[in-house]
Amino acid sequence: MKAYHKGLMVLAALSPGLLFLFPMWKIYLKAPQYPEGLELHIWVNKLAGSSESVLQNFNILNHYIGMAPIHAESFAELKIMPYIVVFLVVLGLVAAFLGKRKLVLGWVILLMAGGAVGLVDFYLWLHEFGTNLNPQAPIKVPNMTYIPPMLGRKQLLNFEALSLPAWGSLGVLLGVLFSCLAYYLSSRPKAA
Amino acid sequence: METRINKFKSIVPKVGLLVALAAGTLLQSCNSSGKGEDANIKESAVAADAATAVYVAPGKHDELYSFLSGGFNGQVAVYGIPSGRLLKVIPVFSQFAENGYGYNEETRPMLMTSHGFVPWDDLHHPKLSRANGTTDGRWLFVNGNNTPRVARVDLTTFETVEMMEIPNSAGNHCSPYPTNNNEYVIAGTRFSVPLDMKGGTGDASLSEYKDKFRGSISFIKVDKEHGDMELDFQVLVPGFDYDLANGGKGPSGDWVFFTTYNSEKSGTLKELGASQNDRDYLAAINWKLAAQYAAEGKAHEMPANYYHNKMDHGTHRVNSTVKKKVRYLLPEECPGMMYLIPAPKSPHGIDVDPSGEYMVVNGKLASSLPVFSFTKMQKAIQNKDFDGEVNGIPVFKYESVLHAEVKEPGLGPLHTEFDGKGNAYSTMFVSSEVVKWSLEDFKVKDRIPVYYSPGHLMIPGGDTKEPYGKYLIAMNKVTKDRYLPTGPELLHSAQLIDISGDKMKLLLDFPTLAEPHYAQGIAANKIAPNSVKFFKLDQNKHPQAVKNEKDVSVTRQGRTVKVNMTSIRSHFTPDNIEGVQVGDTVIFHVTNLEQDWDVPHGFAIMGNNNAETLIMPGSTQSLRWVPKQEGVFPFYCTDFCSALHQEMQGYVRVSKRGSNVPIKFSTGVKKPAPPATAYIGK
Repeated sequence: MKAYHKGLMVLAALSPGLLFLFPMWKIYLKAPQYPEGLELHIWVNKLAGSSESVLQNFNILNHYIGMAPIHAESFAELKIMPYIVVFLVVLGLVAAFLGKRKLVLGWVILLMAGGAVGLVDFYLWLHEFGTNLNPQAPIKVPNMTYIPPMLGRKQLLNFEALSLPAWGSLGVLLGVLFSCLAYYLSSRPKAA
Repeated sequence: METRINKFKSIVPKVGLLVALAAGTLLQSCNSSGKGEDANIKESAVAADAATAVYVAPGKHDELYSFLSGGFNGQVAVYGIPSGRLLKVIPVFSQFAENGYGYNEETRPMLMTSHGFVPWDDLHHPKLSRANGTTDGRWLFVNGNNTPRVARVDLTTFETVEMMEIPNSAGNHCSPYPTNNNEYVIAGTRFSVPLDMKGGTGDASLSEYKDKFRGSISFIKVDKEHGDMELDFQVLVPGFDYDLANGGKGPSGDWVFFTTYNSEKSGTLKELGASQNDRDYLAAINWKLAAQYAAEGKAHEMPANYYHNKMDHGTHRVNSTVKKKVRYLLPEECPGMMYLIPAPKSPHGIDVDPSGEYMVVNGKLASSLPVFSFTKMQKAIQNKDFDGEVNGIPVFKYESVLHAEVKEPGLGPLHTEFDGKGNAYSTMFVSSEVVKWSLEDFKVKDRIPVYYSPGHLMIPGGDTKEPYGKYLIAMNKVTKDRYLPTGPELLHSAQLIDISGDKMKLLLDFPTLAEPHYAQGIAANKIAPNSVKFFKLDQNKHPQAVKNEKDVSVTRQGRTVKVNMTSIRSHFTPDNIEGVQVGDTVIFHVTNLEQDWDVPHGFAIMGNNNAETLIMPGSTQSLRWVPKQEGVFPFYCTDFCSALHQEMQGYVRVSKRGSNVPIKFSTGVKKPAPPATAYIGK
């Protein structure tokens, strides 16, 4: 691998670091009486939102339909994921410095697998919150579940929910892109 | 065919309205671009123009806030301008059952005075705090006329946060006037009284008015950062009635001017007794020099007894302190500090133009409006151009300080403000009109009738060096037929007038609460961005606050039962309370755990000889209740907070005195924690 291939791979390795600077995913809620909207920001290591008390406000609204309260402590992922990301960054840098194409390939597969597992896990949580409802909930709509959308828009009673990946996820995408590029470009025959 | 005609019919008026709106917009743009080529078109388009000029579309915000005093309701009403929408009522000197102000334990001390708890006052003059001679949108100072007090409203929360009682004063009418950077807020007495030199009024024969009665002018220092007030010193002045005041600006920035009446010093039937002299006085005080004299040891000190009530930022509780002394200056010992200018008899408003050069005196019984010159006053001081003195205070010769007289302005001039474009606008109480006149040639330029008998008018910033010369609000004392009749007692009326052109144009007529004596206006962007949405629970330092439902408690201490409880959509914790006995004093300390905008919870309990209390998110308020009979007493949330607001209720069991029912409290039967517990502190 030439220097610029390695440079690309360094870039690829650092890209997932964006997860520490930006949220991975954002869920927007809008309702007639919430003109300002409510935003839940899912980070690699925490839950946050448009205001400090966004979780409390989500939970107050959700308790009417019997959804379990969301607390950051309930998610082991938030504790584990940062280590995985750091591990991937370090591994990517090692691959870059060693300049081994196979390592680059292995890294990109690992990164994509990590991303995929993350998405599946995210979906399972949404499903869990949306369907595991307290039977004593004050508001019960027969056959209604409240699984928030994973991607895109969905109307849940008075709330229009919109779910979109945020800049943090772009880091993973860029990681895949740059490393694939490094892998592909470095495959050219030497005497072309 | 039938339906088509109907359709056509329904469209036509809409088209008409659109055309009118479009015409209005066009004309407006004419107005702003040039001086209006065709005055006739403007005149004929007044109606359409007026509607569009005050139309603030649903969901849109007004251009300005206006603060209208409520007079005898002791409150301030906040209206959006130009729409005339009522935005808020701020209780200041009066108990306000609507939200528990003056009823709950936190705010009751705000209404404490040396006379005890005074639940009412007559609020006359709102004045916005200032920076560099213009309004800065931080605080609103207001006066209590009846039991002399000056209060401060915080404009981030629109709450009354401080109150200073004024000793040696009676009828705090000539108040509160801030200097150009809030160095001082100045408060003068309307009624002179015999001073006992212990901060109160002495027992004197009413026939001794001339010898024993004195007035006072108080100088309240304002903390630059936080606005906290402190009565720095007073000036004891001759026993006239002090009516209104206004500070100088620019060259006259060190001065404050006061109108006086009853220079006859009549103690009875003042209607006649105070109207005998042809001239009363305009008093001029150099506040900077006064402050210097006070600092240099010219001040005397007397014992006093007055309250200073202040809301603590962290606990949101009002604490009262009793002040035991006050410093005072005597004008006769402080040369150069105070002068008297002869003015037409029984003047009301004294208004200084934006440049600070002209002082306009509104002599309500006079046939002309005298305009005094600050430059001439300075010259007269230099040349000692005096015409005797009163109590050691030099009196100028009328002519030596007079700049011009506005002839035949109308009948009963009361108050004047300025548009910053060289014009002045005066209310004529008797001829019921607003009169526009020029500061260049002192001639009347325009007049417009108002309905009826205006007291004060307000141009936003019209009392500062930078008026917002687009609107004028006339506040009238007589309403009669302006609105649908409501029995003998009517709201007062106000008119919004467009003063952006050569001719004044009536735009809007709206009723106002109680009796606005004066108002302030300010661009919305000086206040709106700083408006607090809710209080942060983790900054709540109230000693009885409960920040987690797990920590609620009901405790008995002798015959007092303390309930430390919480409210959140849509339940109280606890909502079942037992062990209270007849005759106990129960204090409910309710913390609203919500941390979202516009989610107050109310609290009220059956049979309470008290009001409700309305608790804003993140704050704690306490309501006192003394049950007088056994039984079960429901309490509930009074502010429709959520879809399950009607379910937000609870019960207190009251047993007979000496009963052995133990203190017990809970929420929910099976689960100790309700479905949505607040996450805070978990």
